[in-house]
Amino acid sequence: MSRVLLAEIQFFPDQASKMAVRVDTLLIWLILLTGFVTFAIAVVVIYFLAKYRKRAAADRSPPKTENLAVEVTWSVIPFVIFLGMFGWGAKIYFKESIDPKNAMEVHVIGKQWMWKLEHLQGKREINELHVPLGQTVKLMMTSQDVIHSFFMPAFRIKQDVLPGRYTTEWFKATKLGSYRIFCAQYCGTNHALMTGQVIVMTPTDFAAWLKTGRETVSVAQRGEQLFHSFGCSGCHAAQAAVRAPLLEGIYGSQVPLADGRIVHADERYLRDCILIPNTQIVAGFEPVMPSFQGRISEDDLFAIITYLMSIGSSPPEANIPNR
Amino acid sequence: MDEYEAASVRPNDMPLPVQNYVMIEREEPPSYLKEHTIRSWLLTTDHKRIGLLYLFSIIVFFAIAATAAAIMRLNLLTPRGDLVQAETYNKLFTTHGVLMVWFFLIPSIPSVLGNFVLPLMLGARDLAFPKLNLLSWYIFILGGAIALYALLVGGVDTGWTFYTPYSSTYSNSHVALMAAGVFINGFSSILTGLNFIVTTHKLRAPGMTWMRLRLFVWSMYATSLILVLATPVLAMTLTLMALERIWHVGVFDPALGGDPLLFQHLFWFYSHPAVYIMILPGMGVVSELVCAFSKKRVFGYMFVAFASLAIALLGFLVWGHHMFVSSQSVFAGMIFSFLSFAVAVPSAIKIFNWTATLYRGSISLDTPMLYAIGFIGLFTVGGMTGLFLATLGVDVHFHDTYFVIAHFHYIMVGGMVMAFMGGLHFWWPKISGRLYPEFLGKMTAIVTFIGFNLTFFPQFILGYLGMPRRYHAYPEQFQVYNDLSTAGASILGLGYLLPLCYLIWSCRYGKRAANNPWGVKGFEWETTSPPPVHNFEQPPVQTEEVYNYPPPGNEAVAD
Repeated sequence: MSRVLLAEIQFFPDQASKMAVRVDTLLIWLILLTGFVTFAIAVVVIYFLAKYRKRAAADRSPPKTENLAVEVTWSVIPFVIFLGMFGWGAKIYFKESIDPKNAMEVHVIGKQWMWKLEHLQGKREINELHVPLGQTVKLMMTSQDVIHSFFMPAFRIKQDVLPGRYTTEWFKATKLGSYRIFCAQYCGTNHALMTGQVIVMTPTDFAAWLKTGRETVSVAQRGEQLFHSFGCSGCHAAQAAVRAPLLEGIYGSQVPLADGRIVHADERYLRDCILIPNTQIVAGFEPVMPSFQGRISEDDLFAIITYLMSIGSSPPEANIPNR
Repeated sequence: MDEYEAASVRPNDMPLPVQNYVMIEREEPPSYLKEHTIRSWLLTTDHKRIGLLYLFSIIVFFAIAATAAAIMRLNLLTPRGDLVQAETYNKLFTTHGVLMVWFFLIPSIPSVLGNFVLPLMLGARDLAFPKLNLLSWYIFILGGAIALYALLVGGVDTGWTFYTPYSSTYSNSHVALMAAGVFINGFSSILTGLNFIVTTHKLRAPGMTWMRLRLFVWSMYATSLILVLATPVLAMTLTLMALERIWHVGVFDPALGGDPLLFQHLFWFYSHPAVYIMILPGMGVVSELVCAFSKKRVFGYMFVAFASLAIALLGFLVWGHHMFVSSQSVFAGMIFSFLSFAVAVPSAIKIFNWTATLYRGSISLDTPMLYAIGFIGLFTVGGMTGLFLATLGVDVHFHDTYFVIAHFHYIMVGGMVMAFMGGLHFWWPKISGRLYPEFLGKMTAIVTFIGFNLTFFPQFILGYLGMPRRYHAYPEQFQVYNDLSTAGASILGLGYLLPLCYLIWSCRYGKRAANNPWGVKGFEWETTSPPPVHNFEQPPVQTEEVYNYPPPGNEAVAD
């Protein structure tokens, strides 16, 4: 842990996940390949400069200055190599983009200039993220103000964090220790101070750590309370006077809309329904829901959505370890 | 040839207005530098003088932007960033970026060297629209003055990329004013591009077919296409940003119902092609230098020429590679990655063709050639690391780190500025009529190369270690590389100061230059040094292929 804080010459960043190994393997190949080509070009250029310098005796019988075969060769070969690089890089990118199974979810809110994090059990952190070793962790992120970017060099991952939408990234730590978090997207005056640490612990230590501090209710429970206090249950309940869609089982389902579209009810859909409800009216219902834009904070919004997820068709309970 | 007959109003067909005056005074027509009044400079429509006006103006902008970079590098000597406050630091890198991109790099080769040599290379007396050309300079100065005013009243802290919603809603600095400066400057780019395109189409000397154009002309032509087609998009984007900032029209800020990513799409739709505005002219200069100092026709003329056009066109289709981690779709990411690799092919072709041109040449390593060789080396490194960034999985790690900073400085400074310096030395005898001190020139080229690498190579490692860009302070483990970089920057600074001194010195004390001091082919070397007001006493005619050097060993072209 203290190694990171020491001022010493470092040539490689920490490598604390399989993804980091994957990225580094590709990178090493890229360095070897491009390094070899660059070196080869340099050798040829220097050789020509020396051999054909003005006063040196050399065979200068005029060579051809057009040669289609040569041109095609040195266009096609690089292109084929480029295709290989493209494919390999795209494969890693695609893997990073797939929603991981059995991930422990952590909510991240970026604001000028700090990271607010919340575990689903209700434990909150600022600029620190405690995670258990060997557990896939999925970050569900949004910003309260400008665009930020959650960057963890030791895991070789980075994802912009935008206001008004959720973005995700995931990692699975394979090494104990503490690693840096940086905000990578310029976000104003103290951008350089918007940093933090990921602390990778053994699962037992992590379970013990979760129990420290004051008692907390889980995010879903807090969401349920907010569901009542914001008045959502006044309409979205079986016995309610106003006819509104019931929300049990909504998360993860396919929802038919009044305009004929069918949408997948994910976090983004739920968020949009709360903030800009009239853009996605469920088929068979009146557009009567008021907008909560500007009336609900990002963490309360997270809590309500987490609650809706917990009563959805794919309950996230299974995703919370050590509960 | 029908074009020449059709264009009966071309200036080349008009009688030479200075003819009588010339005959009275002496054999040679007076040089374009002869008149000394301020009025003769500020109201000139001579493309050569306008080129020099641009040269003086961009030197001023370069000096300010370089000073900002110097303060930043000094600040980064220590991890805590002790020299300036965070806010000041943010304003410094914004100043550096905005001025370097729009007020130095974009006008550097096109508006200075392009203005000066393009009509000469074509055998024309001036650009197609000389008054428009002067107007471009005045617009440039107006835009620049507004940008400088924005700096003087407090500066801007958004970075040169003006990302929303920070720029449109959150920043408390003079964003709209700076955007206005950049907006106005854009019209200067558009008019210059238009002028170059029309000139290349209509004012070529008799016998100069498209396949006999100099490669510098081809690269200027490709650059001008981008200037004309891409710059309006920047103007629209900045206008939308300003509308949101001033009147809260919701376009980009989600709180106002906008989409912050829309700004990035629009901005990079201009700014990625703009990167090619900043490198294609450099490639054009290097093509000239490699031929001139090998005394040989370029290898694969058609491929080098059309590679410029291919880069210009493909450059419009790769903007999304700036947004791989922005939350654009995975599918979009893959398409943009693929196209980014595709645009690398024509650049690779150019490198290979330049190398092949050296084969069996008669090479002299004068100052301009040293810069050209430096360009080839640094541009290759910049291009190769560009491939890393086009590779999706790797870019996720490198994005927004110092790796990106190092990569684009290898292209922009290692490439474009080296090419600009090479071109400036190459055409200096023609521009000033004097020779610069050759030994000092060579030393400076070498100092620049060393200083550049020491400044920017450590930044590749910094980026790999994870140091994000635009950080005013940083963790201690990054200090070694930052200090190396700052040390390198001081050497690089010397490399830019020296030419400023000895080029000015040469204007008065340099040896008088012959008409063709390098013994090379090209219309600009057939007229006097410096050229007369209307460039040629007799309109030249192209009777042979371009770069038609006699077989080496039989140096017939030496004057």
